[in-house]
Parts: sequence; structure tokens; C-alpha cells
Amino acid sequence: MSTTTPIHAIEGWFTTDGGQPALLGSRCDGCATYAFPAESFACRNPSCDSRSFTSVPLSTTGTLWSYTDACYQPPPPYIPVSDPHEPFAIAAVHLAAEGLVVLGQVTAGVSVDDLVVGQTMNLVVDTLFSDDEHDHLIWKWTPADLTEDAS
Amino acid sequence: MSDDKQVAVLGVGMHPWGKWGRNFVEYGVDAAQAALADAGLTWNDVGFVAGADTIRNGYPGFIAGATFSQALGWKGNRVASCYAACASGAHAINIARAQILAGFCDVALVVGADTTPKGFFAPVGGDRPDDPDWLRFRLLGATNPTYFALYARRRMATSGATMEDFARIKVKNAKNGLANPNARFRKAVTVDEVLASPMVANPLHLLEICATSDGAAAVVLTSTEFARRHTTEAVKVAAVSTVTPTYPETVIEMPNFATDSSAVVGAPDRPFRDAIAHAAYEEAGIGPEDLSLAEVYDLSTALELDWYENIGLCKPGEAERLLRDGDTEIGGRIPVNPSGGLASFGEAIPAQAIAQVCEVTWQLRGQAGDRQVAGAKVGVTANQGLFGHGSSVLLVR
Repeated sequence: MSTTTPIHAIEGWFTTDGGQPALLGSRCDGCATYAFPAESFACRNPSCDSRSFTSVPLSTTGTLWSYTDACYQPPPPYIPVSDPHEPFAIAAVHLAAEGLVVLGQVTAGVSVDDLVVGQTMNLVVDTLFSDDEHDHLIWKWTPADLTEDAS
Repeated sequence: MSDDKQVAVLGVGMHPWGKWGRNFVEYGVDAAQAALADAGLTWNDVGFVAGADTIRNGYPGFIAGATFSQALGWKGNRVASCYAACASGAHAINIARAQILAGFCDVALVVGADTTPKGFFAPVGGDRPDDPDWLRFRLLGATNPTYFALYARRRMATSGATMEDFARIKVKNAKNGLANPNARFRKAVTVDEVLASPMVANPLHLLEICATSDGAAAVVLTSTEFARRHTTEAVKVAAVSTVTPTYPETVIEMPNFATDSSAVVGAPDRPFRDAIAHAAYEEAGIGPEDLSLAEVYDLSTALELDWYENIGLCKPGEAERLLRDGDTEIGGRIPVNPSGGLASFGEAIPAQAIAQVCEVTWQLRGQAGDRQVAGAKVGVTANQGLFGHGSSVLLVR
């Protein structure tokens, strides 16, 4: 039986500290604008020349801006998680406080038929793919009503 | 706009789109020679070559201006090569135009050509975990159609578009493409056939997403003074727009994971896709009400509806009515994609924006055969590609 340990599929883009998953963005120390992924060397605001940023967790709840699914297996470097490919949904979620729309896969078992533009979505951390040593973790979006049902 | 900011399109030429499997340079040379013949000029008349790069064909693709010059025969002309994703061809046209307007040359040749792999566009090879175009495949499984589908679903939610509306775009463009000898797909389809094709990225079906093709297009641009010595009726480039987005870009852009933030700086009055053609209209002093036709980038069927609004053919939310009323068919009030569009061609990235200019030129000359828009006098092209690239070229007779 294999024993796999979880690791983040990408470092520094999200946190699971304290069991509370959140995306990690940046807030500019000059103009206070947000960015995801976190800005590290120059502010995107053309009227701001700051080069200093603070890492901040982003809102974990937002509204669904749009959504789709991947009916065909994406090409590499996507790593297949099933054979044959099972379609998965992808969501674009608007975070009001940060004024950002952030993409993410939708948790398994939720199809496009379960989604509607404007609904509330919550952030979770889930497995993107697994290999012999690790479960590679990533953030995903899930409908808020599902999260509530489960709690 | 004053004549002193215009250049003439003296010649246009294309290599037919397809899946030919030959070296992209061959296609480019074919298109270049066709454009030179169309202009009544020879390679020795060309003072400057602007090549639109292809990133999937090795080093020769990154230095397209020199590659095509060598293939046509070194003769000491000046060159430039540029890459701007789907807008590469228009950027190359803009570079050539500037050379002519600055007085550095009279005759410039612009060439774009591509040989493409099968299937979804994947990022170029190698592990590059700091490249968003690599990461979006690894972390999201997000292909290009993912983004097209997000726009399409958003449109359904905001303007009441239906899958049938999207399918009608394919039906229209496939019908137009029947009359285009350079088109790859020359087959009429019905709404039912489109909707019965496999779902790729909901709500978009296989027949609604543009394929990737081999192909080439070229234009010969000259000063208006030079053109007057050769013809009395040259089509002219009245404006070229290559603007970037304005911060914050609040519509998710391929290949990004998130939009810019609108928390501190509000969204611009004119979103990026609206700004692309607007900059061309401003430059030329010509408005959408003056247009005879438009060639827009139908990467997906749904995206063509967005373009109707982005280039000012109607107000936001009215594109479906334009389509349903037949306004954008050949014979309608403002035909869109009389060439057959990407739906009939598939995309040959560095050639596509040049091909749009070829089509508008043929239309303005009255040489478009069975797809001719009657009495065409003004035409606009528009496209958008990865990483905040877009272009629009305004052509007048």
C-alpha cells in the first residue's frame, strides 16, 4: 500500500495553515492594489512605482463570473488523473473585496449542470494529481450550497 | 485622416489554409510571390521585409523577416521580425507602415506563415514553472477553448445568447467560406449539425472552436506616392491599432490565472476589446457607422458576437439581434467575416491578421467573387491573442 504525503503543487500561491485554506495574493505597499498570483517586483498599477508588497490571504468566498468544463483531456504539462479522461469543471470566481476574478478547477462531482453564473462559490484545497510519493494539492472552487450541506 | 499618414496596399497574396505538413517557409514564399505579382512588382523592388514570427517551427520562425528574405534571395534589404501572438501579422504591418511613413523605404513586404501541430495548442516545450502559459495547463488543465468558453457562458448570462445563436455564427461563416478558394473547410453546416458535434468546453462544441491550420498571407505596402505611379485605385491602410489593455484589465485574459484588481483603480471606461478597434477609428477619423464590412477573430462562434459590440456595430447586448436579423450576412447591413472567418480557415497564427487584410483588400477592390460585399468602401479587421495582444486595421478605398 502506498503512503503519499501532501505537498503544494505550486509554492506560495495558497496556504492551508491552521486548516483554513486561502489563496495568497499580494497587496501593494504603495497603492494597496491586490494581485494574484502575488506580485513580487513591480506594481501593475501604471500610476504606482512601488516595488514592495505584503502577502495577504484572499477572500475564500466569491460569486461565479463564468464557468466551463474540459470535456477532452488537456495536453501536457497537464497530468491526467484518470483513464479515460473524466470531464471536470473550471470556474472563474469574482472576489468582491479584492476586485479580482480568479480561475480554478471545480471540485470533482460538480458538473456544469450544477452551476449558474452569480452563485456563491467557496475555496477549498484538494488533490490536483498524485504520484508515488505525493498528493499534489491545489486550490479549487466548490458551490457554497454543497459546502454547507457537507457541514 | 490626412493622406500623409496612409500607406497603400498594392498587392495581397495567400497560400491556401490546410494541413499540408510542409515547411512554413514554403507557404510564406508562395504568399509573398503572389502578393508581389498582384502588385505588379518583383522581389528586387522590395526595400523592407517585416516577418510575423511563428513560435512552433524552431529558430527560423523566430526571425521570420530574415528567413523569408533568405528564401526569396539575400539582396541586402532591411528586415524586422516580430511576435505578438494572434496580432503578430498586424504588428508586422504596423512596422512596415512606419518604415514607409518615415520615408525609409517605398516598398515593404509583410509575410506571415505557419505550420501547426494537431489538436489543442499546448505551450512550447520544456518545464517552465514560471511561465503562466505552462502553469495554466499544469495547475488548471485550462486550454485555449477554456477561455473561449468562459466568455461564451458569460455572454449567455449577460445578454441572453443561446447555443443556437452561437451555432448560427458557424452556419453563416461556413456558408461564406464556400466561396473562398483559400479556405480550408469548405462545407455548409446546419445549426443541428453544429449542436450535434461533440462538446469540447461547455457551451462550445467542436464545430464552434477554430482549428489550427497551416497557411500563409502576405501584403505589399507602398507609399501612396509610389502607388499612384502604378494604379489609380489602391486600397489604403487608414489606421493600425496595436494597443495594450489599460489597467486594470478586468476580463480574464489568456493565459492568466486572474484578472487585474479593480479594488483601487476602477475598471477603464473602455474595456480592452472595445479599445482595440476604437484606437483605429480615432486614428483614422472613421467610425463604425462608415463600415462596409468587418473581419473579426472568431476563435469561437460566441466570440464573434462579442466583437459585434467591441467594434461598435451595435450596443452591448444587441449582437444576438444583429445576427438573428441577418444584418451580418453577406447582403445584410454590415457583413462580418465574408471570408468565412476562422471557422472556415482555422488559425495560422502569424498569417491570420495579414489574411484579414488580404480579404478586406479584395472586398474593397470588388475582387471577392461570390462572397463580394456590394459597393464595399471601408473595412475593418480585429483580433485578440494571448498576453494582452490585439490589433485592428482600418482599410479604405
